[in-house]
Amino acid sequence: MKSTLSEIGSSPFQAVATLGAVGLFLVRILGAIPRALARPRALIEQIFVVGAVSTNLILVGGLFVGLVMGLQFYTALARFGATSALGGLVALSLLRELSPVVTALLYAGRAGTSLASELGLMRATEQFKAMEVMAVDPVERVVAPRFLAGVLSVPLLTALFSAVGILGGYLVGVRLMGLDPGVFWSNLRASVRFRQDFLNGEFKALVFGILCTLVALYEGYHSDPTAEGLGRATTRSVVIASLAVLSCDYLMTAFLYR
Amino acid sequence: MTKIPRAGGPPAGPVNDEAAVRLVGASLRRGGREILRDLDLVVPRGRITAVMGPSGTGKTSLLSLVSGELAPSKGQVFVEGQDINTLDRRRLYALRRRMGMLFQEGALFTDLSVFDNVAFPLREHTRLPEALVRVIVLLKLEAVGLRGAADLYPSELSGGMSRRAALARAVVMDPAVVLYDEPLTGLDPISMGVILRLIRDLNRTLGLTSVVVSHDVQEMLSLADHFYVLADGRLIAQGDRESLRAQAAASPWVRQFLEGEADGPVPFHYPARPLWDDLLGGEAA
Ligand SMILES: Nc1ncnc2c1ncn2[C@@H]1O[C@H](COP(=O)(O)OP(=O)(O)OP(=O)(O)O)[C@@H](O)[C@H]1O
Ligand SMILES: [Mg+2]
Repeated sequence: MKSTLSEIGSSPFQAVATLGAVGLFLVRILGAIPRALARPRALIEQIFVVGAVSTNLILVGGLFVGLVMGLQFYTALARFGATSALGGLVALSLLRELSPVVTALLYAGRAGTSLASELGLMRATEQFKAMEVMAVDPVERVVAPRFLAGVLSVPLLTALFSAVGILGGYLVGVRLMGLDPGVFWSNLRASVRFRQDFLNGEFKALVFGILCTLVALYEGYHSDPTAEGLGRATTRSVVIASLAVLSCDYLMTAFLYR
Repeated sequence: MTKIPRAGGPPAGPVNDEAAVRLVGASLRRGGREILRDLDLVVPRGRITAVMGPSGTGKTSLLSLVSGELAPSKGQVFVEGQDINTLDRRRLYALRRRMGMLFQEGALFTDLSVFDNVAFPLREHTRLPEALVRVIVLLKLEAVGLRGAADLYPSELSGGMSRRAALARAVVMDPAVVLYDEPLTGLDPISMGVILRLIRDLNRTLGLTSVVVSHDVQEMLSLADHFYVLADGRLIAQGDRESLRAQAAASPWVRQFLEGEADGPVPFHYPARPLWDDLLGGEAA
């Protein structure tokens, strides 16, 4: 039986069946990870492929989000005469919320789709079958390294996003609006706590990385072996991963920041 | 059943059966239809066995049964004396290491060059030094005439070249059993001759067992030692060249296929209601 993630809504039975199938797929991947770790070269190559394709996007995205926040928060804070709090506010919004979520969405759109279409192509051209017949487990050889690479990349990309975003906030606040740089940085350092803000954000990023990568790999690996199947898997991987990230974000925020 | 003498070459693995592959009463359902029915088929070790039949009769599906990719809905499939559907994953993989398969569409890895495609099984399953891998791969590529194309990617190959590259990959581990799915379609006469000779040479020098699926009747008659003709999910003829000719004389089914006539008892059409009903009846069923 083959069930795709978009069928989750069609009936309660289907929802359970699909989640079960995804869960089993995850278990299979996790079981293959020790053997995937035994080939560090393939893994590093995948981190490079999966992580590096999203880097430029993250740099540009992070910078613009930071610039916009600098502008918006500065104007809002100016109404209360509290512009000195700009640094902290920008950093906290990024670290706790915006960086993990926006990074995950950009990652799903860039790396996720390319993972799904890569696997969909391998499915459509019988490459998985060929591997099976050569006694090579495709989950171990193809899926597991990509999973690890994705899961490791998203937290790194998230940290990068935050760094560039803070730089954007600094540029607007200090260079454009004339805030004192010392005030900006000291406020930032006084308000950010390492564990509660930075690590919790990174934890979110880790969960989003697992979600987005798992969805992309599941959809690609289980796509119909046709050209349409490939296209459908690619589209689905973004839609489902984005929804999963946004809904999961609410739950995690509710539990992490009580 | 007649005992078939074992050909030269070291017997691979636990050999307690003169047949490399044996199907016992195997049926296969696919897409709600029974496409193979009660098949009894023996592939003698060390020989070339041809499975012929019209398009869509389930030749590729038959190979999937042998590779263990599909399970029969009824009956059993033995490869090298082991029931392939009772094996756990580890044993199945151990068995598959001694099998090579040429896919109908090649199934080359699109992100690897021709060289790396052929080297793939060696690198996965052996710890040979890279220099030796290089030698083995180049020799196999030389045999299929693609040594010069070693650095090309599958997207840069023609259909026939992909087929030959896939063939080199299928035999690079010197398997005991090789399954060839349509090795000749889409090849020019020269490559066809090269591939036929290659299949024969591999079979003779390595003593391996070959199963060749094809509908090129004349080529198969010159290549293979043993024949099975499938039509409509059943075997309609089997045996060596002479007995096949004798059966053709006796059975219009076999004659039709061997001589390529469109009219005859072998259905050329996918099962359907009568043409008139479709043309005139519209939606009426
Ligand atoms: N994935 C599938 N799901 C359902 N039915 C299938 C599937 N693949 C093949 N079939 C059906 O099984 C039958 C046999 O297909 P198969 O590919 O084995 O034929 P074949 O003998 O190899 O044909 P050809 O000579 O054209 O390659 C066909 O009627 C086809 O409709
Ligand atoms: Mg076929």
